[in-house]
Amino acid sequence: MIPDDFRQLLARRIAGVEHPREKIMDVVFMIQDKFGYLSDELLEDAAGLLKMTPLEVEEIATFYEFIYRRPVGGHVIHVCDGVVCWMSGHASILDHLRGRLGIDFGETTPDGRFTLLPTCCIGYCDRSPAMMIDRKVYGKLTPERIDEILEKLGLDTEGDSDDTGSL
Amino acid sequence: MTQVLFKNRHPDRIATLEEYRAGGGYEALTAVLSEYPRAKVQQLALDAVLLGRGGAGFPAGKKWMTVAESAPFPRYMVCNADEMEPGTFKDRVLIHTDPHQIIEGMIIVGYSVMAERGIIFIRASYENAARILEREIERARAAGFLGPNILGSGFSMEISVHRSAGRYICGENTAQINAIQGKRATPIQPPPYATEKGIWNLPTVTHNVETLACVPHIIQNGPEWFRNLAAHPDAAGTKLYCVSGRVQHPGCFELPMGTRLSDIIDIHAGGMTPGCTFKTCLPGGASTRFLPKSLYDIEMDFDSMKKAGHRLGTGSVIVFDEKTCLVGATLNMMEFFARESCGWCTPCREGLPYMRDILARIEAGDGKPADIPLLRQMSRYVWNAYCALAPGAASPVESLLTYFEDEVQAHIRQHRCPFS
Ligand SMILES: Cc1cc2nc3c(=O)[nH]c(=O)nc-3n(C[C@H](O)[C@H](O)[C@H](O)COP(=O)(O)O)c2cc1C
Ligand code: SF4
Repeated sequence: MIPDDFRQLLARRIAGVEHPREKIMDVVFMIQDKFGYLSDELLEDAAGLLKMTPLEVEEIATFYEFIYRRPVGGHVIHVCDGVVCWMSGHASILDHLRGRLGIDFGETTPDGRFTLLPTCCIGYCDRSPAMMIDRKVYGKLTPERIDEILEKLGLDTEGDSDDTGSL
Repeated sequence: MTQVLFKNRHPDRIATLEEYRAGGGYEALTAVLSEYPRAKVQQLALDAVLLGRGGAGFPAGKKWMTVAESAPFPRYMVCNADEMEPGTFKDRVLIHTDPHQIIEGMIIVGYSVMAERGIIFIRASYENAARILEREIERARAAGFLGPNILGSGFSMEISVHRSAGRYICGENTAQINAIQGKRATPIQPPPYATEKGIWNLPTVTHNVETLACVPHIIQNGPEWFRNLAAHPDAAGTKLYCVSGRVQHPGCFELPMGTRLSDIIDIHAGGMTPGCTFKTCLPGGASTRFLPKSLYDIEMDFDSMKKAGHRLGTGSVIVFDEKTCLVGATLNMMEFFARESCGWCTPCREGLPYMRDILARIEAGDGKPADIPLLRQMSRYVWNAYCALAPGAASPVESLLTYFEDEVQAHIRQHRCPFS
């Protein structure tokens, strides 16, 4: 169940909108930011708020890459497998991540900290190979840089996205 | 090289509203709102030969003219910042360079079709860009360029940012309209066209980020100036070319529309990565055709590419070298297209995974000679699909077989990938 104060926050996001379902992405992202993933229960709650049936929400939730219908770790790592990253070392980056985390695609580390998933070309081909963690992008990956990033996340600090406005 | 869209480009920061205004920003909007009839704005875009930069190259002014005077309200102006075409990142760079020209472009186009609701549809991996846009929209509003009764003109407009959650088909105009309404994002074949019945059955005009950014400059400097920016008289404006893959300096460059591919790679992207020789490139993203080396000097504009049997697409050049396996590259892209198929129609939903499986077999060394004609046939069949995703997906495969059949044959003959 969505706690009452959070429900009000969501309701405010939708308030005054002619067609509440237009806000489905915002609502789902807010839920995921708080609870990690969209559980069946949360999905039903979201449907109520958006004046949609749970099936309609499911239809959309299962359509998208960044909506999680199953539990994920504290940080979700999406490794870009676009053709440019493929050319510039995606396989070795992936091997390194697998080795460091001890998991494969679709799995979460036993301590619940990291989930590893693929993603299609994320539009950072000028900085390939790249990956995305918690909707922040990290480019020009090397094993050393990955270790640094993981270490920082392990210490529970925010990721240092290298795209804070500059080019 | 004349920089228009990138004239305020800094290596380490985004241009501010003040900077944009100091360079003439929002003067076009001010002029339009005070003295231009809507038809004149449309005519200027038409005379400037502003062609849609999202890939299809449709004349922008012509699109606005299809919104009937008597069409119902409210009307929608959508800025397409989904940019999920592999190899493409120009819209991201543009937003991180000088975002107000996009906002100003949206307001001017909004005015020309009387659309008071602006929506920027942006992909999830551009969260940073989404936040920049939200912040700059607020600044534009504070300066009086957005909101009710803009600059006392009687025209009102609001712009909001709609975040997507990652699906390539959402970049397609009609699928995007469904996505914005909170519906499953499958395409809708016209008629009726979106400019007649789009979001909630109301007139909707969609443009790519780069197209919109050109608009204020066209109003400010005139159509002739814009046309003369191009490399030759049969093209118009500048183009943001993205270059990635085996080059020294991957990046996004603003160059005259129609710049030769050889100049883009050799001069602007710093040439090939040391030790690499050019084999081919995809000139406009993953859904365009591999270009043979014989066309290395081709002029990169919509018309010249079309005449040579190719597509400019998004102008995003992915460069492959002699040591890169094109079967492997094509398999990677077919994996992408098969995964991203929205599943609505059978030729695409079933056809693309089938093509992927054949390519995977060939790459793994299990291919048969008969796989080649089979792939050719499939590349033709998928043209029966409901939207343009599937024909785009077939482009790398078809051109692989046209220009690099030897490489495919070698895989089959040697029962392995000759590059591994
Ligand atoms: C599968 C598919 C994906 C597309 N993705 C995009 C996209 O990410 N961005 C974009 O501007 N246009 C994209 N388009 C083209 C749009 O449908 C549309 O033509 C374009 O946004 C119109 O803007 P323009 O006239 O300014 O080019 C895509 C088309 C297809 C078929
Ligand atoms: S061609 Fe593919 S993406 Fe387009 S409607 Fe058919 S299944 Fe969907």
